[in-house]
Amino acid sequence: MEMLWFWLVSVMVAIYAVMDGFDFGAGTLHLFVARTEAERREVLAAIGPLWDGNEVWLLAAGGAMFLAFPRLLASGFSGFYLAMFMVIWSLILRGIAIEFRSHVRDTMWRAFWDVVFACASALLPILLGAALGNVVRGVPLDASGYFQIPLFTHFGVGNPVGILDWYTVLMGVLVLATLTAHGALFLAWKTDGALHRRCLRAAGVLWPLVAVLALGATWATAAVSPAVYHNLPGAPLAWVGLALFLGGLGAVFTGLRGGRPLFAFLGSGAFIIGILAATAGCVWPVMLPSTLDPHASLTAYNASAGATSLRAGMGWWFIGFPIALVYFGYLFRIHRGKVRAPEEGEGY
Amino acid sequence: MMGDLLFWHRLQFGFTSTFHYIFPQLTMGLALVILVLKARALRGDEACNTAARFWIRIFGLSFAVGVVTGIPLEFQFGTNWARFSTHAGGVIGQTLGMEGMFAFFLESTFLGLLVWGERKLGPRRHFLAALALFAGSWLSGYFIIATNAFMQHPVGYQVAADGTLQLADFWAFLFNPWAVVQYLHNMMGAVVTGAFAVAAVGAFWTLRGVHLDQAALNLKTGVCIGLLASLLVAFPTGDLQGKRVARHQQPTLAAMEGRWHSGPYAELNLIGQPNVEGRKLDNPVPLPGVLSFIAYGSFSSNVKGLDEFPRDQWPTNLEFLYYGFHIMAGLGTLFIGLMGLAAAFLAAGRLQRTRALLWALMLAFPFPFIANSAGWVVAEFGRQPWLVYGLMRTADGTSHLVHPGQTVFTSLGFAGLYFILGLLFLFLVSREVSHGPVGHA
Repeated sequence: MEMLWFWLVSVMVAIYAVMDGFDFGAGTLHLFVARTEAERREVLAAIGPLWDGNEVWLLAAGGAMFLAFPRLLASGFSGFYLAMFMVIWSLILRGIAIEFRSHVRDTMWRAFWDVVFACASALLPILLGAALGNVVRGVPLDASGYFQIPLFTHFGVGNPVGILDWYTVLMGVLVLATLTAHGALFLAWKTDGALHRRCLRAAGVLWPLVAVLALGATWATAAVSPAVYHNLPGAPLAWVGLALFLGGLGAVFTGLRGGRPLFAFLGSGAFIIGILAATAGCVWPVMLPSTLDPHASLTAYNASAGATSLRAGMGWWFIGFPIALVYFGYLFRIHRGKVRAPEEGEGY
Repeated sequence: MMGDLLFWHRLQFGFTSTFHYIFPQLTMGLALVILVLKARALRGDEACNTAARFWIRIFGLSFAVGVVTGIPLEFQFGTNWARFSTHAGGVIGQTLGMEGMFAFFLESTFLGLLVWGERKLGPRRHFLAALALFAGSWLSGYFIIATNAFMQHPVGYQVAADGTLQLADFWAFLFNPWAVVQYLHNMMGAVVTGAFAVAAVGAFWTLRGVHLDQAALNLKTGVCIGLLASLLVAFPTGDLQGKRVARHQQPTLAAMEGRWHSGPYAELNLIGQPNVEGRKLDNPVPLPGVLSFIAYGSFSSNVKGLDEFPRDQWPTNLEFLYYGFHIMAGLGTLFIGLMGLAAAFLAAGRLQRTRALLWALMLAFPFPFIANSAGWVVAEFGRQPWLVYGLMRTADGTSHLVHPGQTVFTSLGFAGLYFILGLLFLFLVSREVSHGPVGHA
């Protein structure tokens, strides 16, 4: 049961990364690829109807984590206190920028929200990447099950650790580059004309950078947390993740070369899921490793809720999840095809 | 006070949740109004469709602010109340998880379609989008109330070997009798807020002499729904809620009324200032026997005073609880009076010409927000000193390793961010109100 919940939460986190990932990428890029008002509105029309639902995957994943692993949520969220609030504030600004921008027809008003949208969208992947880095590197958990670390200390990976060090920042940069490249492919798929061409060009520059950074991060992880790779031989799901990761990367470059942005976009989705699945497969059952004492690490077994909670949650999860997928299917169907900039007062 | 970690955790959660709830109460209330308007539009009433279109724009703005200010609350369970989350997550994780799965996905899918999709969807499917938003937002409300109800009156749980609370009976927890009553009372409060907003805009346009047809429609819709909801929020829902508090939270009932000494024919005080050190209510204006009647259905019933309970079970911040209750109940009574009067004038066909009443309706719209917030003050301060009533004290639920330097920092951040957010919301809504109705899809 604990293992099943570990993977359900992982699946939801992966869906969140892929779905909100393209929103972040589109937000980060739009100042550069969308130059006219009409192009900016095309970008917003592409993600406007989707971003809120995409963000719900974060809340749903958080809810599932709360349900199944309350100790992990309590320990992690309070331990990363300041970073969590930077995530929250960025999410607030991102949402408000999208929703408020088009209500006023004024160039200064819109220019302001465009910059807010871009900055918040760029900061979030860095923070989420740093979070992933912290989960791999570990935190000073003791027997109480709690910890508290500052935003940064000496930027080294040894104790006393901070949320940001060279390794977690590297992971942040990797995730920023990946999601920006992911967003470029999404926009290339949903748009045409000059915007489409600029997105393809951005993707062509960004994806080789992502490949190099991913290689660097793989090496860095081996240096920071060698134990992660010890599990690899006995973790079949990690191999699946690795295959998705490499296959996805291959699909991205094939799609880019063949002028098939949707194929490339799906490839980048597989790439993101692959990284997360490989990570989850290698760290299982540890969810938050301790840098002080391996026995103090939070695992799927010692952080989980009682059996009745896990069973009851399973009951409704398997009803709710397919319904959510149906909603998304419907939403993508309604908004299928290339987007057009909506007229004033008629959309994002 | 600066070094008091508990104070800052409570202040931050209290501030962020109070600010947040300004928006959901409006969206949940408007969701019902929009649904009614769209249903009538479906039967060919084009004026109702125009009115719905205007309120959908307000709804969209309010919903957006509600979404972004709701996120911090979910996070704060972990960031600020870590020991509570560890202790009770095995139970309340259920409802918080279900809210995301069953309510948020539904709302987020159909919000864009409701706000921007009328032309794309056509009238029937646009009505269904309104229905989906209504269902999603009211469902979301239920999951949150069920979570809060567990904290007010825990049921369906067991204490595990490690001392944490774990789920024992899913259905008992989900349909906690406290949750059902609190939900109905809360949702009627939200409808009051929505209806007063609709009536206020109608009154404003009428006084201005603009958009007179739409103004009349808004007045009628707002006053009819407003009167009904104002009555329902008091009776039976408020009454039932009061009886639950009387039965299960006796120190809370005593504190709400500033009552220290037990006895029959307990009085309800219209006003007065609780003097905690002197253990009495200063300058009371009592209605004898009314509290006994409200709490137990008979004037002669004994209502216990705070003297019967150990001091460590008294609600902390007793004064705030006392005023919260009196503001809520006082405003609720005024709402019935105002809407009753407006309905009488409406029925007589004289509402649009009675300028004093229109002014009152226009200026009344902020007060349901205050009454709803005061109601939550009663619920949340009344629950003190407990985080989970009778099981866990608030002081034991904090993130104890987070220091005040961090909570003060984040509280100040929220204060600044939310101040700007509030200004922007007011600015955008007042623009919509002065633009007036939206004529076409």
